[in-house]
Amino acid sequence: MELLIALIPALPLAGFIFAVLVGPRLDHVPLHGQHGGDHSEPEDGYASDGAHAASAANHSSAEIDDSGLLPIPSEEDQGHTSPHRGHADELSNAAGAEGVIPVDLRDGLGEAGHVTPGGPRPLYRSWMVPTGLVGLAWLISMAVFVSVIFGGQTYHVRLYEWIASGTFRIEIAFFVDALTAMLLLVVTTVGLLVHVYSIGYMDGDRGFWRFFAYLNLFMFSMLLLIMGDNFLMLYVGWEAVGLCSYALIGFWYKKPSAAGAAKKAFVLNRVGDFGFGLGVMMIWTLLGTLSFDQVFAGIGALPGWQVTTIALLLFAGAVGKSAQFPLHVWLPDAMEGPTPVSALIHAATMVNAGVYLVARANPIFAHAPAAMWVVALIGTFTAIFAAAIALTQNDIKKVLAYSTVSQLAYMFMGLGIGAWAAAIFHLVSHGFFKGLLFMGSGSVIHGAGGEQDMRFMGNLRRKMPWTYRTMLIGSLALAGVPIFAGFFSKDEILGEAFNRGYLIFFIVGLIVAFMTAFYTFRMMFMTFWGSYRGPKPQWKHIHESAGTMVAPLLVLAVPTVLIGLLFGIPPEGGAIHTWLNPVFEAAEKLRAGILPGSAAAQEGHGFALFGTGGVLLLLGALAGVLGIALAYRWYVTRPLSPRRFVERFPLGLGPGMYRASLNKYYVDDIYQLVFARGGVLVGSALWWFDAKVIDGAVNGAGWVSQRLGGLLRRSQTGRVENYGLEMAAGLIVVLIVLIAVVR
Amino acid sequence: MSLPVLSLVVFSPLVGALVLLLVPGSNHRLIRWIALASALASFAFSLALLGYRVGGAEFQFREDLPWISAFGMRYTVGVDGISAVLVLLTTVLSVVAIFYSWDPIKLRVKEYYTTMLLLMVGMLGVFVSLDLFLFYVFWEISLIPMYLVIGIWGGPRRVYATVKFVIYTLVGSLLMLVAILAVAIAHAAAGNPFTFSYTELRGFAYVDSLQALAFIAFFLAFAIKVPMWPFHTWLPDAHVEAPTAGSIILAGVLLKLGGYGFLRFAVPLLPDAARSFAPVIIGLALIAILYGAMVAMVQPDMKKLVAYSSVSHMGFVMLGAFVFNEQGLQGAVYQMVSHGVTTGALFLLVGVIYERTHDRQIAHMGGLNARLPHYAALFGLFTFASIGLPGLSGFVGEFLVVLGAFRYNGFVAAAAMLVVIISAVYMLWMFQRVFFSVPSGWMRRWWPALGDLTRNEWLALAPLIVLVIGLGVYPAPVLQAIAEPVNRILQIVHGSNGLTGLTLPW
Repeated sequence: MELLIALIPALPLAGFIFAVLVGPRLDHVPLHGQHGGDHSEPEDGYASDGAHAASAANHSSAEIDDSGLLPIPSEEDQGHTSPHRGHADELSNAAGAEGVIPVDLRDGLGEAGHVTPGGPRPLYRSWMVPTGLVGLAWLISMAVFVSVIFGGQTYHVRLYEWIASGTFRIEIAFFVDALTAMLLLVVTTVGLLVHVYSIGYMDGDRGFWRFFAYLNLFMFSMLLLIMGDNFLMLYVGWEAVGLCSYALIGFWYKKPSAAGAAKKAFVLNRVGDFGFGLGVMMIWTLLGTLSFDQVFAGIGALPGWQVTTIALLLFAGAVGKSAQFPLHVWLPDAMEGPTPVSALIHAATMVNAGVYLVARANPIFAHAPAAMWVVALIGTFTAIFAAAIALTQNDIKKVLAYSTVSQLAYMFMGLGIGAWAAAIFHLVSHGFFKGLLFMGSGSVIHGAGGEQDMRFMGNLRRKMPWTYRTMLIGSLALAGVPIFAGFFSKDEILGEAFNRGYLIFFIVGLIVAFMTAFYTFRMMFMTFWGSYRGPKPQWKHIHESAGTMVAPLLVLAVPTVLIGLLFGIPPEGGAIHTWLNPVFEAAEKLRAGILPGSAAAQEGHGFALFGTGGVLLLLGALAGVLGIALAYRWYVTRPLSPRRFVERFPLGLGPGMYRASLNKYYVDDIYQLVFARGGVLVGSALWWFDAKVIDGAVNGAGWVSQRLGGLLRRSQTGRVENYGLEMAAGLIVVLIVLIAVVR
Repeated sequence: MSLPVLSLVVFSPLVGALVLLLVPGSNHRLIRWIALASALASFAFSLALLGYRVGGAEFQFREDLPWISAFGMRYTVGVDGISAVLVLLTTVLSVVAIFYSWDPIKLRVKEYYTTMLLLMVGMLGVFVSLDLFLFYVFWEISLIPMYLVIGIWGGPRRVYATVKFVIYTLVGSLLMLVAILAVAIAHAAAGNPFTFSYTELRGFAYVDSLQALAFIAFFLAFAIKVPMWPFHTWLPDAHVEAPTAGSIILAGVLLKLGGYGFLRFAVPLLPDAARSFAPVIIGLALIAILYGAMVAMVQPDMKKLVAYSSVSHMGFVMLGAFVFNEQGLQGAVYQMVSHGVTTGALFLLVGVIYERTHDRQIAHMGGLNARLPHYAALFGLFTFASIGLPGLSGFVGEFLVVLGAFRYNGFVAAAAMLVVIISAVYMLWMFQRVFFSVPSGWMRRWWPALGDLTRNEWLALAPLIVLVIGLGVYPAPVLQAIAEPVNRILQIVHGSNGLTGLTLPW
């Protein structure tokens, strides 16, 4: 078993190495008469390369000179081009005058191989090994999941000592308990399905093998993150998933927006890591160990302010990785990446890392009530803040992105009030249904010719019945309609907020639930209902996606329906609580000791369908249903209502509020102004200082000595009489000194 | 008596240089092969240092011969873990630099390779010398070839840059000579035989005033070399003008001479002064870390950006060296090695694009990923190594240094840790502007002629790729080798009392 556990992350790593080394040879993508020279062997000499380039040059220079700009595709030919056509369009728009892309540069843009209909089909084989290995890892994880959850096992696997410096000793070691098992379930399942889905989604892309290589590297990193046995390994996985996120957001690197979004994501994550790293160092400095067991055993002995500082530093990392306010701005931009990436990394797995970190470090947080408050407050604020942005977004992926931010915030709210198991429950169910929704949106984008703007969609359920049905299930779960997964997990967080006496969090949570249901079904109705609003000729080209893409949707629909029923019944006492009990037991008890009021509430209440619990459940369901109803009224029956609502809003605040929401409350703009511009300004000022002041002093010293030398040189005239005069003068001086001093 | 390994390592390049004198200057091919062969020989001999026994004698592979007996100067060489690691780094990077020069250097080929080989002799000699005067001689030997490399094979402003470089470092090394003499004379004045032997001079209790003055002199010499803020302005100029191979050696090895000087000589010889001056040096190191990173952010030239990032990274070395705990010191040494590999590779990679376009302006690049995917991938690898991604070499050193700093003071660590953010900004910003998006109009002119990495470039980079991953995944051998020497330094420092007789302004 131990060996098997080490295999779980090792398999995707092997897949990554395989894809990098062999992948380029497995795919063959014919493109505009260019014969796959892009991935030429390293052994290619300079000369042959040059000749090859020269032939391509004629081709491309003609392209540049004659056409100047990429022709904006007419609606007619938009139809039979690639599913990713939209990306190319965006490029030529976004880049403006610079968007001149010679044809031979277009690979990696996602539109490549499709553009020549009737031409040879691209041949892909590079997905097989990576996907197969992830499948194997999934099988093993399921075995581990069963043995941990039902067998009550925990596993420690030590591989080797990584860093050893004095008493700082870090092992590469894995640890699997119920919490890790829960994440294993989500990560490997969604991961495997995304691999399968990507076979269809990335079809036609020259970067196909690269995509699978990155996906596998991501799986490896994410598994390190959740299976690490100590804080440093968690940190390693944490940084490594950041790298993969960077590579995958920037996958279509020719889009300037994608390249910018990738950097933004990495840098903002690093802001969080700054805190996380310091937190890890502080733990070690105070406790002399980083392994989870020992840290949690020793943390209670530290003074409160130190524990609080550690907890807040760790939480800073969580805020970055899980895109919470004020570091949330990278996640919506991250939607520049291919949609499978959004589903896997930016919805179901990586962004959960922050929640995992706080949950994993629950003994630390339990000792730091102030930090818990911060977690709950940030969570609650982000939940409503992000939901308020999601209300007005028109890009289908942006809606889901802000929804993800908001739902993650829900989990943090749960963690902050001590509802650990409920938060993890929501993490699991959200991982499944948000993964489903993202893959569904990818299917929509794919089938609708790359269109992402919901204003140019409508009535798509006629063309994509399976995508529609599965997304509907996902939406019902997200909206919190009873029996679906999101209903149970969300209501547990709300219920615990109420039971523990955090009334304000409960109320905000309820409002967010209403908003969530509204924007989710706004998205559904704008996309799938009503009449088609896109360009007319496009309609007949809209199609249901391929089997490899629909199948994962169907598979994910199953846990979306069932997982709430399996894990969450009875509410607030379902199986998941029993499973996770060993992880959170100590923290629960401790908090009960610190906050006696909540302890009483904990002891006093049990779930009663016809008591408080039932009322809460009903309220939660009601919020969801009302949100759906409002969305139906506004976006199906009376399409003019949203505009009227904005116009008639009291005090004339409507348009302003709408603009603020549409522009994400200007947070990005403020950051751009303060940090990006400010940073460059400071850098430039320091550079000026460097060149003028420091280097000026250096050159000044050189100048002064040169001048001094020049002056002294004048005395070296070479004339004997001058030297004689100087000697005489010197002698007189010496005599005077002697007389004056000795006397 | 076993083989004089260290002498073979140090003087193989000298033999090569002498052989080159006998070869006609027009036979470039033969010259290159001879140079490479002698560098490889030196590297092969240095592999014997892998036999360094942890837990063995302090200095191993020791050789001791009388040299200038009248003044007690001896040819004493030997390595401990720190110097063994740095010798290996030097031989590897020298081979890489000499091999990489194969195609780019077409002017005065014979002189070039002779110079490079002499440079190698100087650098290797510095790392193995256990006699202070011998150390000084090698130190100066390493200076002059670099002066020539920049001054002859450099860019348009090479004369300005090289004069600045040589005067700056010469000032430092003369001060160091004074300090060496002062230390030796003070030691002899107490009735000991006159000697420059490191092991003899170390452990002698020098009076406070001498310690303070000698330390300042050593400090200036080494701080200029590192370079520490505010003595760093020669570095960007030198790098920008130096040919690629010169930059590799300059960043990869020459800067380490400064860090090594502190760890080998300044601190153990004058521990009281080191202890008392530590707060100032830590302050300067912090400034260098943040200032270098901030200035790197706004550089328009790729090479200058990497040069300023070196200022920042070498700040970590100094920070780690002067917090005086195990993690900090080990991190400092590790950071030196890792910085040598990553920055050497980055300079090489910048050279690769410079060879093709004769330009390094970031604004002139763009979209290169489409044309040079392998090049882009490797540039990415070393970019992430440079910003300390775990699993690559940069992380281990940086993390240990900051951890050591945290033990010293949490706020110092926090300030240093800010670089985690800033380094990501400047490196990724450059990466984005060079490789992503679409080529600039300027770059399109070169576009048809751009070819991906050649076989020679791959070969030159291969050892660095292996090292950057290997050092990140399995740092244990290096950390083990440097653990003992580091502890010895710590023992000396912690056994000292600081400059009790002097009142310092801090």
